[in-house]
Amino acid sequence: MNTEIKARFRVDRSDFALDVDLSLPGRGITALFGHSGSGKTTCLRAMAGLERASAGYFALGDEVWQDESRGHFIPVHRRALGVVFQEASLFPHLSVRGNMEFGLKRKTTGTTRFSLPEIAELLGIAHLLNRSPDQLSGGERQRVAIARALLAAPKILLMDEPLAALDLKRKLEILPYLERLHSELAIPIIYVSHAPDEVARLADHLVLLDAGRVVASGALNQVLSRIDLPATFADDAGVVIEATVAEHEVDDLTRLEFPGGAIYVSRRHEPVGTPLRCRIHARDVSLTLLPQMQSSILNCVSASVVDLAPTDTPGHVLVKLDVTGEPLLARITRRSAEKLEIRPGLALRAQIKAVALLA
Amino acid sequence: METAAYSADLSAIWLTLKLATVVTALLLVIGTPIAWWLARTSSAFKGMVGAVVALPLVLPPTVLGFYLLITMGPHGAVGQLTQSLGLGLLPFTFPGLVIASVFYSLPFVVQPIQNAFEAIGERPLEVAATLRASPWDAFWSVAVPLAKPGFLSGAILGFAHTVGEFGIVLMIGGNIPDKTRVVSVQIYDHVEALEYAQAHWLAGGMVVFSFAVLLGLYTFNPARRKNT
Repeated sequence: MNTEIKARFRVDRSDFALDVDLSLPGRGITALFGHSGSGKTTCLRAMAGLERASAGYFALGDEVWQDESRGHFIPVHRRALGVVFQEASLFPHLSVRGNMEFGLKRKTTGTTRFSLPEIAELLGIAHLLNRSPDQLSGGERQRVAIARALLAAPKILLMDEPLAALDLKRKLEILPYLERLHSELAIPIIYVSHAPDEVARLADHLVLLDAGRVVASGALNQVLSRIDLPATFADDAGVVIEATVAEHEVDDLTRLEFPGGAIYVSRRHEPVGTPLRCRIHARDVSLTLLPQMQSSILNCVSASVVDLAPTDTPGHVLVKLDVTGEPLLARITRRSAEKLEIRPGLALRAQIKAVALLA
Repeated sequence: METAAYSADLSAIWLTLKLATVVTALLLVIGTPIAWWLARTSSAFKGMVGAVVALPLVLPPTVLGFYLLITMGPHGAVGQLTQSLGLGLLPFTFPGLVIASVFYSLPFVVQPIQNAFEAIGERPLEVAATLRASPWDAFWSVAVPLAKPGFLSGAILGFAHTVGEFGIVLMIGGNIPDKTRVVSVQIYDHVEALEYAQAHWLAGGMVVFSFAVLLGLYTFNPARRKNT
């Protein structure tokens, strides 16, 4: 069955233009990433049908929701979608349960994968059902908004910076729920964000937007490891590694294995075999031509240079490495690059000073 | 004599309440779509319609009454229509009074409801649409409940304003006992006849009534909730 999402929109406003043509996977989380004004929210609203692009096409698998070339446009309320906005936008005149039942009562097609009690349990809001929205914290409100959207049996979930209005503590509180959705939902999620951390943690597919245009679109790591792109993630350049907990060692270290090798991190509580996503920033990777026996840096992998490119600061370059098929980025000074004669094809060792575990 | 006078007063009070109730009900029906349209449209006619609705706020009631009298009179367009329909003429009848009052009190109902609709903003209606609610459904299940304070203010102001009108009643309704003689006109009659004691009774009642209505409006109307 064709599940691919096709989205083509052109919006021309006096102060802003959007021109995108995207093919997105019909499962997993696709992040639309860009700075404010890049058009990511407009793109999401056009997908939802909240904004009608004069030249637009949107199809979810075989279902075409918009095709302006033949004047076809299904209004928002007849689309099997769910939208979560930046502010939870709960209906203040309804209780939490009333909010959650709003879409549940009106859905015409499709079966919800979860019942109301199940989804309330999944999102940790079962104890709040009889409360009024103004008695909830920001994080709780957002979880209710997500539950409300899911209960309307959507075939796609569109999220517009759902965490942006929350402080760090609330964000950390809600992220695990989003990860749970990721693994339990069979529907695709389009996730608009301008926070690199969120994207690295949640996304499977990444679309970079800039000034209303698509700069890159592809699997998360494939896009993250591109060094030819303008410094989208800037200081945050780096790759994401899908590793597995391999062993808890006696000296309070845990060995993680990924296709490119093994890395050690501080002792983790997850059992052996648990998948863990971690992020390795380019600034935390240094390069050496010979194996370093007398270094305190534990994580050191064999790599070969794929390419190098300038960064936004003139003194530094970004080096793209291949670690047995897995990409890795290193940000080093131009002087070091010249001294070590870094060039494509060169075999060397990459020392990883820090690994950020995204869980 | 004494009893007859009081029964005339009671009749005027009853007529006034009946008029205000009918007018308020009609105004909610007519005013709500106008308020909705004014709150949501970006049409070029918005300013014009808004101004027309607000005219009674600034015009002397006699002006409005004069034109309504002409229009509903035997040579006016409405008058000819009602005559051809076999309804007779509207001036100096209770229905005529109702129509005139609807025009006169329209802004007092439309404006609070319009403000309430505007305060809701676009977002709750968008959310409703993403949850499968048609525009009609969203209007009733989201917009109206959220605009409840506006409806309450509009209904109370419309009612109270209709109770308090005088000029337009004289122009359109005249002073026919049991048919068009409302409290304000009755007070005028008492004063004309130097029946100050009875004028006091009714006038004082109006003061108490109006004060109670406004006190209720300002005390119990819940402050608009913050966005959640």
